Amino acid sequence: MKSLWKRGYEWIGERVQLDELIEFMGKKYVPVHRHSIWYYFGGVSLFLFIIQVVTGILLLMYYKSGEELAFESIQFIMSKVQFGWLIRSVHSWAANLFVLAAMIHMFSVFFERSYRKPREMTWVTGMFMFFLALGFGFSGYLLPWNELAYFATKVGTDIAGVVPGVGKTIMEFLRGGEEVTGATLSRFFGLHVAVLPGIFTVFLSIHLVLVQLQGMTHPMEHEGGPRYEVKKMPFFPNFVLRDLLLWLIVLNVIAILAVFFPWELGRKADPFAPAPAGIRPEWYFLFMFQTLKYIPAQVWFIDGEVLGIMLFGVGGLLWLLVPFWDQKSSRGEKNRLINYVGLGVVGYIIALSILGWTA
Amino acid sequence: MKRSSEKTNQPIAPIDEPKRDFLKLILSGGFVAWAASVVYPVLMYLKPPHQAEVVVSTVKAGKLSELEKDSGKIIKFGTKPVILIRTGTGEVRAFSATCTHLDCTVQYKKDLGLIWCACHNGRYDLNGRNVAGPPPRPLNEYKVVVQGDEIAVHKV
Repeated sequence: MKSLWKRGYEWIGERVQLDELIEFMGKKYVPVHRHSIWYYFGGVSLFLFIIQVVTGILLLMYYKSGEELAFESIQFIMSKVQFGWLIRSVHSWAANLFVLAAMIHMFSVFFERSYRKPREMTWVTGMFMFFLALGFGFSGYLLPWNELAYFATKVGTDIAGVVPGVGKTIMEFLRGGEEVTGATLSRFFGLHVAVLPGIFTVFLSIHLVLVQLQGMTHPMEHEGGPRYEVKKMPFFPNFVLRDLLLWLIVLNVIAILAVFFPWELGRKADPFAPAPAGIRPEWYFLFMFQTLKYIPAQVWFIDGEVLGIMLFGVGGLLWLLVPFWDQKSSRGEKNRLINYVGLGVVGYIIALSILGWTA
Repeated sequence: MKRSSEKTNQPIAPIDEPKRDFLKLILSGGFVAWAASVVYPVLMYLKPPHQAEVVVSTVKAGKLSELEKDSGKIIKFGTKPVILIRTGTGEVRAFSATCTHLDCTVQYKKDLGLIWCACHNGRYDLNGRNVAGPPPRPLNEYKVVVQGDEIAVHKV
Protein backbone atom coordinates (compact mmCIF):
# COMPACT_ATOMS: atom_id res chain seq x y z
CA MET A 1 0.00 0.00 0.00
CA LYS A 2 2.71 2.40 1.01
CA SER A 3 4.69 1.74 -2.14
CA LEU A 4 1.57 2.44 -4.16
CA TRP A 5 1.23 5.83 -2.46
CA LYS A 6 4.88 6.49 -3.02
CA ARG A 7 4.73 5.46 -6.66
CA GLY A 8 1.72 7.68 -7.21
CA TYR A 9 3.48 10.59 -5.52
CA GLU A 10 6.58 10.06 -7.64
CA TRP A 11 4.54 9.78 -10.82
CA ILE A 12 2.92 13.15 -10.15
CA GLY A 13 6.21 14.55 -8.80
CA GLU A 14 7.95 13.82 -12.10
CA ARG A 15 5.41 16.00 -13.87
CA VAL A 16 4.58 18.67 -11.28
CA GLN A 17 6.91 20.08 -8.64
CA LEU A 18 5.14 18.60 -5.64
CA ASP A 19 8.19 18.90 -3.39
CA GLU A 20 8.10 22.66 -3.67
CA LEU A 21 4.50 22.74 -2.54
CA ILE A 22 5.23 20.48 0.43
CA GLU A 23 8.23 22.60 1.31
CA PHE A 24 6.17 25.77 1.07
CA MET A 25 3.48 24.33 3.33
CA GLY A 26 6.13 23.10 5.76
CA LYS A 27 7.63 26.56 6.00
CA LYS A 28 4.34 28.16 6.80
CA TYR A 29 3.78 28.76 10.51
CA VAL A 30 0.78 29.75 12.54
CA PRO A 31 1.56 32.01 15.51
CA VAL A 32 0.54 30.62 18.88
CA HIS A 33 -0.77 33.16 21.38
CA ARG A 34 -3.82 33.87 23.50
CA HIS A 35 -5.89 34.98 20.50
CA SER A 36 -5.00 31.94 18.38
CA ILE A 37 -8.47 30.47 18.71
CA TRP A 38 -9.82 33.04 16.23
CA TYR A 39 -7.65 31.58 13.48
CA TYR A 40 -9.99 28.57 13.35
CA PHE A 41 -13.18 30.35 12.36
CA GLY A 42 -12.15 30.96 8.78
CA GLY A 43 -11.55 27.24 8.40
CA VAL A 44 -14.87 26.43 10.04
CA SER A 45 -16.63 28.79 7.62
CA LEU A 46 -14.91 27.04 4.73
CA PHE A 47 -16.01 23.65 6.01
CA LEU A 48 -19.60 24.81 6.41
CA PHE A 49 -19.52 26.14 2.86
CA ILE A 50 -18.36 22.73 1.64
CA ILE A 51 -21.25 21.11 3.55
CA GLN A 52 -23.62 23.55 1.82
CA VAL A 53 -22.27 22.64 -1.61
CA VAL A 54 -22.61 18.90 -0.95
CA THR A 55 -26.07 18.97 0.68
CA GLY A 56 -27.21 21.57 -1.85
CA ILE A 57 -26.31 19.28 -4.75
CA LEU A 58 -28.13 16.43 -3.00
CA LEU A 59 -31.26 18.56 -2.57
CA LEU A 60 -31.11 19.47 -6.26
CA MET A 61 -31.78 15.84 -7.13
CA TYR A 62 -35.37 16.15 -5.87
CA TYR A 63 -36.16 19.85 -5.55
CA LYS A 64 -38.54 21.35 -8.11
CA SER A 65 -38.89 25.07 -8.59
CA GLY A 66 -42.32 26.54 -9.25
CA GLU A 67 -45.34 27.85 -7.37
CA GLU A 68 -47.16 24.52 -7.48
CA LEU A 69 -44.08 22.32 -7.10
CA ALA A 70 -41.56 23.82 -4.70
CA PHE A 71 -43.37 23.36 -1.40
CA GLU A 72 -44.60 19.90 -2.41
CA SER A 73 -41.13 18.79 -3.51
CA ILE A 74 -39.64 19.73 -0.13
CA GLN A 75 -42.50 17.88 1.56
CA PHE A 76 -41.59 14.91 -0.64
CA ILE A 77 -37.90 15.20 0.28
CA MET A 78 -38.74 15.33 3.98
CA SER A 79 -41.31 12.55 4.09
CA LYS A 80 -40.60 10.13 1.25
CA VAL A 81 -36.93 10.32 0.30
CA GLN A 82 -34.72 8.21 2.54
CA PHE A 83 -32.76 10.55 4.81
CA GLY A 84 -34.27 13.47 2.95
CA TRP A 85 -35.27 15.06 6.28
CA LEU A 86 -31.63 14.80 7.35
CA ILE A 87 -30.14 16.35 4.23
CA ARG A 88 -32.61 19.22 4.25
CA SER A 89 -32.16 19.88 7.97
CA VAL A 90 -28.39 19.78 7.65
CA HIS A 91 -28.58 22.26 4.76
CA SER A 92 -30.72 24.66 6.80
CA TRP A 93 -28.71 24.34 9.99
CA ALA A 94 -25.33 24.56 8.27
CA ALA A 95 -26.55 27.65 6.41
CA ASN A 96 -27.23 29.41 9.71
CA LEU A 97 -24.02 28.23 11.30
CA PHE A 98 -22.15 29.33 8.18
CA VAL A 99 -23.38 32.89 8.59
CA LEU A 100 -22.57 32.71 12.31
CA ALA A 101 -19.03 31.36 11.75
CA ALA A 102 -18.41 33.92 9.01
CA MET A 103 -19.60 36.67 11.38
CA ILE A 104 -17.29 35.52 14.17
CA HIS A 105 -14.45 35.28 11.67
CA MET A 106 -15.21 38.78 10.39
CA PHE A 107 -15.44 40.42 13.82
CA SER A 108 -12.30 38.69 15.10
CA VAL A 109 -10.38 39.92 12.04
CA PHE A 110 -11.83 43.37 12.64
CA PHE A 111 -10.84 43.56 16.30
CA GLU A 112 -7.38 42.11 15.62
CA ARG A 113 -6.95 44.64 12.80
CA SER A 114 -5.81 41.77 10.60
CA TYR A 115 -7.16 43.70 7.61
CA ARG A 116 -4.27 46.17 7.85
CA LYS A 117 -1.68 46.44 5.12
CA PRO A 118 -0.82 44.16 3.29
CA ARG A 119 -4.06 42.21 3.78
CA GLU A 120 -6.62 44.72 2.49
CA MET A 121 -7.57 42.47 -0.41
CA THR A 122 -8.12 39.51 1.88
CA TRP A 123 -10.55 41.62 3.93
CA VAL A 124 -12.38 42.95 0.90
CA THR A 125 -12.77 39.51 -0.72
CA GLY A 126 -13.94 38.17 2.65
CA MET A 127 -16.52 40.94 2.94
CA PHE A 128 -17.79 40.25 -0.58
CA MET A 129 -18.17 36.60 0.43
CA PHE A 130 -20.08 37.70 3.52
CA PHE A 131 -22.50 39.78 1.43
CA LEU A 132 -22.87 36.81 -0.92
CA ALA A 133 -23.56 34.58 2.09
CA LEU A 134 -26.43 36.91 3.05
CA GLY A 135 -27.62 36.64 -0.56
CA PHE A 136 -27.45 32.86 -0.31
CA GLY A 137 -29.50 33.02 2.88
CA PHE A 138 -32.08 35.38 1.43
CA SER A 139 -32.51 33.50 -1.87
CA GLY A 140 -32.45 30.06 -0.27
CA TYR A 141 -35.08 31.09 2.25
CA LEU A 142 -37.69 31.51 -0.51
CA LEU A 143 -37.09 28.16 -2.21
CA PRO A 144 -39.47 26.11 0.04
CA TRP A 145 -42.21 28.62 -0.96
CA ASN A 146 -43.74 28.80 2.49
CA GLU A 147 -45.68 31.59 4.13
CA LEU A 148 -42.77 33.10 6.05
CA ALA A 149 -40.48 33.00 3.05
CA TYR A 150 -43.12 34.59 0.84
CA PHE A 151 -43.53 37.65 3.03
CA ALA A 152 -39.82 37.86 3.84
CA THR A 153 -39.16 38.02 0.11
CA LYS A 154 -41.90 40.60 -0.45
CA VAL A 155 -40.40 42.82 2.23
CA GLY A 156 -36.79 42.22 1.21
CA THR A 157 -37.33 42.94 -2.46
CA ASP A 158 -39.55 45.91 -1.66
CA ILE A 159 -36.70 47.34 0.38
CA ALA A 160 -34.52 47.13 -2.72
CA GLY A 161 -37.34 48.97 -4.49
CA VAL A 162 -37.08 52.08 -2.32
CA VAL A 163 -33.50 52.82 -3.39
CA PRO A 164 -33.84 56.19 -5.13
CA GLY A 165 -33.64 56.08 -8.92
CA VAL A 166 -32.77 52.51 -9.80
CA GLY A 167 -34.83 50.88 -7.04
CA LYS A 168 -37.84 49.89 -9.08
CA THR A 169 -35.71 48.34 -11.82
CA ILE A 170 -33.75 46.32 -9.25
CA MET A 171 -36.97 45.20 -7.61
CA GLU A 172 -38.47 44.04 -10.90
CA PHE A 173 -35.22 42.35 -11.82
CA LEU A 174 -35.24 40.46 -8.52
CA ARG A 175 -38.93 39.61 -8.61
CA GLY A 176 -39.09 38.79 -12.28
CA GLY A 177 -42.13 41.06 -12.47
CA GLU A 178 -44.00 43.49 -10.30
CA GLU A 179 -45.09 40.97 -7.68
CA VAL A 180 -43.50 38.05 -5.84
CA THR A 181 -44.67 35.08 -7.90
CA GLY A 182 -43.39 31.83 -9.36
CA ALA A 183 -41.18 34.00 -11.58
CA THR A 184 -39.43 35.25 -8.44
CA LEU A 185 -38.96 31.69 -7.27
CA SER A 186 -37.31 30.74 -10.58
CA ARG A 187 -34.96 33.69 -10.38
CA PHE A 188 -34.01 33.05 -6.77
CA PHE A 189 -33.46 29.41 -7.59
CA GLY A 190 -31.09 30.31 -10.42
CA LEU A 191 -29.27 32.82 -8.23
CA HIS A 192 -29.03 30.40 -5.33
CA VAL A 193 -27.70 27.37 -7.18
CA ALA A 194 -25.75 28.88 -10.06
CA VAL A 195 -24.97 32.59 -9.97
CA LEU A 196 -24.04 33.02 -6.31
CA PRO A 197 -21.95 29.81 -6.02
CA GLY A 198 -20.04 30.78 -9.17
CA ILE A 199 -19.17 34.27 -7.94
CA PHE A 200 -18.51 32.98 -4.43
CA THR A 201 -15.98 30.43 -5.71
CA VAL A 202 -13.98 33.14 -7.45
CA PHE A 203 -13.72 35.23 -4.26
CA LEU A 204 -13.04 32.17 -2.15
CA SER A 205 -10.12 31.17 -4.38
CA ILE A 206 -8.57 34.63 -4.21
CA HIS A 207 -9.14 34.74 -0.45
CA LEU A 208 -7.50 31.35 0.17
CA VAL A 209 -4.55 31.99 -2.15
CA LEU A 210 -3.89 35.29 -0.36
CA VAL A 211 -4.03 33.61 3.06
CA GLN A 212 -1.60 30.93 1.91
CA LEU A 213 0.80 33.40 0.29
CA GLN A 214 0.79 35.96 3.11
CA GLY A 215 0.39 33.63 6.06
CA MET A 216 -1.46 34.40 9.27
CA THR A 217 -1.30 37.84 10.83
CA HIS A 218 0.52 38.33 14.07
CA PRO A 219 -1.28 40.26 16.79
CA MET A 220 -0.31 43.92 16.68
CA GLU A 221 1.39 43.87 20.08
CA HIS A 222 3.90 41.35 18.67
CA GLU A 223 4.86 43.65 15.87
CA GLY A 224 8.12 45.47 16.25
CA GLY A 225 9.11 43.15 19.09
CA PRO A 226 11.62 40.36 18.58
CA ARG A 227 9.94 37.66 16.51
CA TYR A 228 11.72 34.74 18.16
CA GLU A 229 9.68 35.30 21.28
CA VAL A 230 6.51 34.44 19.41
CA LYS A 231 5.58 30.80 19.69
CA LYS A 232 4.42 29.16 16.51
CA MET A 233 3.31 25.86 15.08
CA PRO A 234 3.74 24.49 11.56
CA PHE A 235 0.68 24.98 9.34
CA PHE A 236 1.19 21.50 7.98
CA PRO A 237 0.55 19.08 9.55
CA ASN A 238 -0.07 20.50 13.06
CA PHE A 239 -2.55 23.28 12.32
CA VAL A 240 -4.28 21.38 9.52
CA LEU A 241 -4.89 18.40 11.81
CA ARG A 242 -6.36 20.63 14.49
CA ASP A 243 -8.53 22.23 11.83
CA LEU A 244 -9.75 18.81 10.74
CA LEU A 245 -10.55 17.78 14.30
CA LEU A 246 -12.63 20.91 14.74
CA TRP A 247 -14.41 20.22 11.44
CA LEU A 248 -15.31 16.80 12.76
CA ILE A 249 -16.77 18.37 15.90
CA VAL A 250 -18.73 20.89 13.82
CA LEU A 251 -20.16 18.11 11.67
CA ASN A 252 -21.27 16.25 14.79
CA VAL A 253 -22.90 19.37 16.20
CA ILE A 254 -24.81 19.84 12.93
CA ALA A 255 -25.90 16.20 12.96
CA ILE A 256 -27.21 16.57 16.52
CA LEU A 257 -29.05 19.80 15.67
CA ALA A 258 -30.54 18.30 12.50
CA VAL A 259 -31.77 15.19 14.28
CA PHE A 260 -33.12 16.77 17.46
CA PHE A 261 -34.23 20.11 16.04
CA PRO A 262 -35.34 19.33 12.49
CA TRP A 263 -35.99 22.38 10.34
CA GLU A 264 -39.68 23.11 9.95
CA LEU A 265 -41.34 23.60 6.61
CA GLY A 266 -44.26 25.71 7.79
CA ARG A 267 -47.34 26.42 5.69
CA LYS A 268 -47.43 26.84 1.96
CA ALA A 269 -47.33 30.42 0.73
CA ASP A 270 -50.71 31.92 -0.07
CA PRO A 271 -50.67 35.33 -1.74
CA PHE A 272 -54.22 35.94 -0.46
CA ALA A 273 -53.57 35.33 3.22
CA PRO A 274 -52.48 38.08 5.60
CA ALA A 275 -48.93 38.07 6.92
CA PRO A 276 -48.96 35.80 9.99
CA ALA A 277 -48.50 37.38 13.43
CA GLY A 278 -45.02 36.98 14.83
CA ILE A 279 -43.44 36.97 11.37
CA ARG A 280 -39.75 37.74 11.41
CA PRO A 281 -36.78 37.16 9.15
CA GLU A 282 -33.79 34.91 9.76
CA TRP A 283 -31.82 35.95 12.81
CA TYR A 284 -29.03 37.59 10.83
CA PHE A 285 -31.46 40.07 9.27
CA LEU A 286 -33.28 40.65 12.54
CA PHE A 287 -31.40 43.77 13.63
CA MET A 288 -32.17 45.51 10.34
CA PHE A 289 -35.77 44.34 10.48
CA GLN A 290 -36.17 45.69 14.01
CA THR A 291 -34.61 49.01 13.05
CA LEU A 292 -37.16 49.38 10.24
CA LYS A 293 -39.91 48.98 12.83
CA TYR A 294 -38.61 51.89 14.87
CA ILE A 295 -37.96 54.38 12.10
CA PRO A 296 -41.07 56.51 11.69
CA ALA A 297 -42.81 56.90 8.33
CA GLN A 298 -41.24 60.27 7.71
CA VAL A 299 -38.02 61.68 9.08
CA TRP A 300 -37.71 65.32 8.14
CA PHE A 301 -38.47 65.05 4.42
CA ILE A 302 -37.12 61.55 3.80
CA ASP A 303 -39.25 58.40 3.82
CA GLY A 304 -38.41 56.28 6.86
CA GLU A 305 -37.51 53.16 4.93
CA VAL A 306 -35.32 55.09 2.48
CA LEU A 307 -33.46 56.54 5.45
CA GLY A 308 -33.03 53.08 7.00
CA ILE A 309 -31.64 51.61 3.82
CA MET A 310 -29.32 54.55 3.26
CA LEU A 311 -28.00 54.23 6.82
CA PHE A 312 -27.35 50.50 6.48
CA GLY A 313 -25.89 51.00 3.00
CA VAL A 314 -23.45 53.65 4.18
CA GLY A 315 -22.62 51.61 7.30
CA GLY A 316 -21.91 48.52 5.23
CA LEU A 317 -19.74 50.49 2.84
CA LEU A 318 -17.68 52.00 5.67
CA TRP A 319 -17.29 48.54 7.17
CA LEU A 320 -16.12 47.15 3.83
CA LEU A 321 -13.59 49.97 3.45
CA VAL A 322 -12.12 49.85 6.97
CA PRO A 323 -8.59 48.93 5.80
CA PHE A 324 -8.53 52.15 3.79
CA TRP A 325 -9.74 54.60 6.41
CA ASP A 326 -7.87 52.99 9.28
CA GLN A 327 -4.37 54.00 8.23
CA LYS A 328 -3.13 54.08 11.80
CA SER A 329 -3.27 50.30 12.19
CA SER A 330 -1.41 49.85 8.90
CA ARG A 331 1.37 51.99 10.32
CA GLY A 332 1.41 49.79 13.43
CA GLU A 333 -0.07 52.48 15.67
CA LYS A 334 -2.86 51.90 18.13
CA ASN A 335 -6.25 53.02 16.90
CA ARG A 336 -8.81 52.95 19.68
CA LEU A 337 -11.53 54.18 17.36
CA ILE A 338 -11.64 50.70 15.81
CA ASN A 339 -12.50 49.18 19.19
CA TYR A 340 -15.27 51.70 19.77
CA VAL A 341 -16.70 51.22 16.28
CA GLY A 342 -16.51 47.42 16.55
CA LEU A 343 -18.04 47.29 20.01
CA GLY A 344 -20.74 49.74 18.93
CA VAL A 345 -21.66 47.61 15.92
CA VAL A 346 -21.63 44.33 17.89
CA GLY A 347 -23.65 45.92 20.69
CA TYR A 348 -26.19 47.38 18.27
CA ILE A 349 -26.63 44.09 16.41
CA ILE A 350 -27.03 42.09 19.63
CA ALA A 351 -29.39 44.58 21.29
CA LEU A 352 -31.67 45.01 18.27
CA SER A 353 -31.66 41.27 17.60
CA ILE A 354 -32.80 40.56 21.16
CA LEU A 355 -35.50 43.23 20.86
CA GLY A 356 -36.60 41.72 17.56
CA TRP A 357 -36.58 38.23 18.97
CA THR A 358 -38.63 39.03 22.05
CA ALA A 359 -41.01 41.48 20.36
CA MET B 1 3.55 54.32 -42.09
CA LYS B 2 4.83 54.17 -45.62
CA ARG B 3 3.52 57.56 -46.47
CA SER B 4 5.02 59.27 -43.45
CA SER B 5 8.48 57.78 -44.12
CA GLU B 6 8.29 59.03 -47.69
CA LYS B 7 7.39 62.46 -46.47
CA THR B 8 10.19 62.80 -43.94
CA ASN B 9 12.66 60.69 -45.89
CA GLN B 10 13.82 58.89 -42.80
CA PRO B 11 14.62 55.17 -42.65
CA ILE B 12 12.57 54.60 -39.48
CA ALA B 13 9.20 56.18 -39.55
CA PRO B 14 8.42 58.35 -36.51
CA ILE B 15 5.22 57.54 -34.69
CA ASP B 16 2.37 59.44 -36.15
CA GLU B 17 0.58 60.45 -32.95
CA PRO B 18 -2.70 61.71 -34.37
CA LYS B 19 -2.96 58.61 -36.53
CA ARG B 20 -2.25 56.38 -33.56
CA ASP B 21 -4.83 58.21 -31.47
CA PHE B 22 -7.31 57.73 -34.28
CA LEU B 23 -6.60 53.99 -34.37
CA LYS B 24 -6.92 53.77 -30.59
CA LEU B 25 -10.25 55.54 -30.78
CA ILE B 26 -11.51 53.23 -33.50
CA LEU B 27 -10.32 50.12 -31.68
CA SER B 28 -11.49 51.07 -28.22
CA GLY B 29 -14.73 52.47 -29.59
CA GLY B 30 -15.22 49.27 -31.52
CA PHE B 31 -14.58 47.27 -28.39
CA VAL B 32 -17.06 49.28 -26.36
CA ALA B 33 -19.67 48.92 -29.10
CA TRP B 34 -19.00 45.20 -29.25
CA ALA B 35 -19.26 44.85 -25.47
CA ALA B 36 -22.49 46.83 -25.45
CA SER B 37 -23.95 44.63 -28.17
CA VAL B 38 -23.21 41.61 -25.99
CA VAL B 39 -24.41 43.09 -22.69
CA TYR B 40 -27.54 44.82 -24.03
CA PRO B 41 -29.44 41.67 -25.06
CA VAL B 42 -28.52 40.00 -21.76
CA LEU B 43 -29.84 42.94 -19.73
CA MET B 44 -33.00 43.10 -21.81
CA TYR B 45 -33.43 39.36 -21.42
CA LEU B 46 -33.31 39.76 -17.63
CA LYS B 47 -35.93 42.51 -17.68
CA PRO B 48 -39.21 40.70 -17.11
CA PRO B 49 -41.72 41.25 -19.92
CA HIS B 50 -44.91 43.04 -19.00
CA GLN B 51 -47.73 40.60 -19.27
CA ALA B 52 -51.15 41.88 -20.05
CA GLU B 53 -53.21 41.61 -16.90
CA VAL B 54 -56.91 41.09 -16.97
CA VAL B 55 -58.28 44.40 -15.85
CA VAL B 56 -60.65 43.82 -13.00
CA SER B 57 -62.95 46.59 -11.92
CA THR B 58 -65.56 44.72 -9.88
CA VAL B 59 -65.57 41.49 -7.92
CA LYS B 60 -68.24 39.70 -5.98
CA ALA B 61 -67.10 39.39 -2.40
CA GLY B 62 -69.53 36.89 -0.89
CA LYS B 63 -72.62 37.21 1.18
CA LEU B 64 -73.24 39.86 3.80
CA SER B 65 -74.80 37.30 6.13
CA GLU B 66 -71.56 35.30 6.08
CA LEU B 67 -69.44 38.28 7.11
CA GLU B 68 -69.77 38.78 10.84
CA LYS B 69 -69.82 42.19 12.44
CA ASP B 70 -66.43 43.30 13.76
CA SER B 71 -64.47 41.03 11.40
CA GLY B 72 -62.47 41.14 8.19
CA LYS B 73 -61.33 38.91 5.38
CA ILE B 74 -59.03 38.98 2.39
CA ILE B 75 -60.60 38.67 -1.05
CA LYS B 76 -58.99 38.30 -4.46
CA PHE B 77 -59.28 41.41 -6.59
CA GLY B 78 -57.70 40.20 -9.80
CA THR B 79 -54.16 39.36 -8.74
CA LYS B 80 -54.21 41.71 -5.77
CA PRO B 81 -55.46 41.10 -2.25
CA VAL B 82 -58.19 43.37 -0.92
CA ILE B 83 -59.33 43.45 2.70
CA LEU B 84 -63.05 43.51 3.32
CA ILE B 85 -64.10 44.74 6.75
CA ARG B 86 -67.41 44.77 8.52
CA THR B 87 -67.30 47.23 11.39
CA GLY B 88 -68.98 46.81 14.73
CA THR B 89 -71.86 48.95 13.48
CA GLY B 90 -72.35 46.68 10.48
CA GLU B 91 -70.86 48.95 7.82
CA VAL B 92 -68.83 47.18 5.10
CA ARG B 93 -65.62 48.75 3.79
CA ALA B 94 -62.86 47.58 1.50
CA PHE B 95 -59.23 48.63 1.17
CA SER B 96 -56.18 47.42 -0.65
CA ALA B 97 -54.66 44.76 1.63
CA THR B 98 -51.12 45.60 0.57
CA CYS B 99 -49.35 47.49 3.32
CA THR B 100 -47.96 50.78 2.04
CA HIS B 101 -44.78 50.26 4.02
CA LEU B 102 -43.08 47.18 2.57
CA ASP B 103 -45.71 45.26 0.68
CA CYS B 104 -46.91 42.74 3.29
CA THR B 105 -50.57 41.76 3.45
CA VAL B 106 -52.54 43.38 6.28
CA GLN B 107 -55.25 41.82 8.47
CA TYR B 108 -58.17 42.92 10.63
CA LYS B 109 -57.15 42.98 14.27
CA LYS B 110 -60.25 42.47 16.34
CA ASP B 111 -58.83 43.32 19.78
CA LEU B 112 -57.53 46.67 18.53
CA GLY B 113 -60.38 47.37 16.15
CA LEU B 114 -57.76 48.28 13.58
CA ILE B 115 -56.18 47.08 10.37
CA TRP B 116 -52.79 45.69 11.30
CA CYS B 117 -49.69 44.58 9.43
CA ALA B 118 -47.79 41.78 11.16
CA CYS B 119 -44.52 42.45 9.38
CA HIS B 120 -43.51 45.76 10.98
CA ASN B 121 -46.42 46.51 13.31
CA GLY B 122 -48.02 49.08 11.01
CA ARG B 123 -51.55 50.17 11.95
CA TYR B 124 -54.43 51.72 10.00
CA ASP B 125 -57.79 52.82 11.29
CA LEU B 126 -61.01 51.55 9.74
CA ASN B 127 -60.91 54.36 7.20
CA GLY B 128 -57.58 52.99 5.95
CA ARG B 129 -55.58 55.88 7.41
CA ASN B 130 -52.10 55.03 8.64
CA VAL B 131 -52.28 55.82 12.35
CA ALA B 132 -49.20 54.16 13.87
CA GLY B 133 -45.98 52.43 12.94
CA PRO B 134 -43.95 52.82 9.77
CA PRO B 135 -46.58 52.93 6.96
CA PRO B 136 -46.11 56.18 5.02
CA ARG B 137 -49.48 56.35 3.25
CA PRO B 138 -53.09 55.29 3.83
CA LEU B 139 -54.47 52.16 2.19
CA ASN B 140 -56.32 52.69 -1.09
CA GLU B 141 -60.03 52.49 -0.62
CA TYR B 142 -62.39 50.40 -2.74
CA LYS B 143 -66.07 51.08 -3.16
CA VAL B 144 -68.42 48.58 -1.55
CA VAL B 145 -71.95 48.07 -2.82
CA VAL B 146 -74.32 45.84 -0.89
CA GLN B 147 -77.36 44.65 -2.83
CA GLY B 148 -79.59 42.51 -0.73
CA ASP B 149 -77.21 39.92 0.67
CA GLU B 150 -74.55 40.27 -2.05
CA ILE B 151 -71.41 42.30 -1.49
CA ALA B 152 -69.66 43.73 -4.55
CA VAL B 153 -66.35 45.59 -4.48
CA HIS B 154 -65.49 48.18 -7.14
CA LYS B 155 -62.26 49.86 -7.95
CA VAL B 156 -62.59 53.60 -7.34
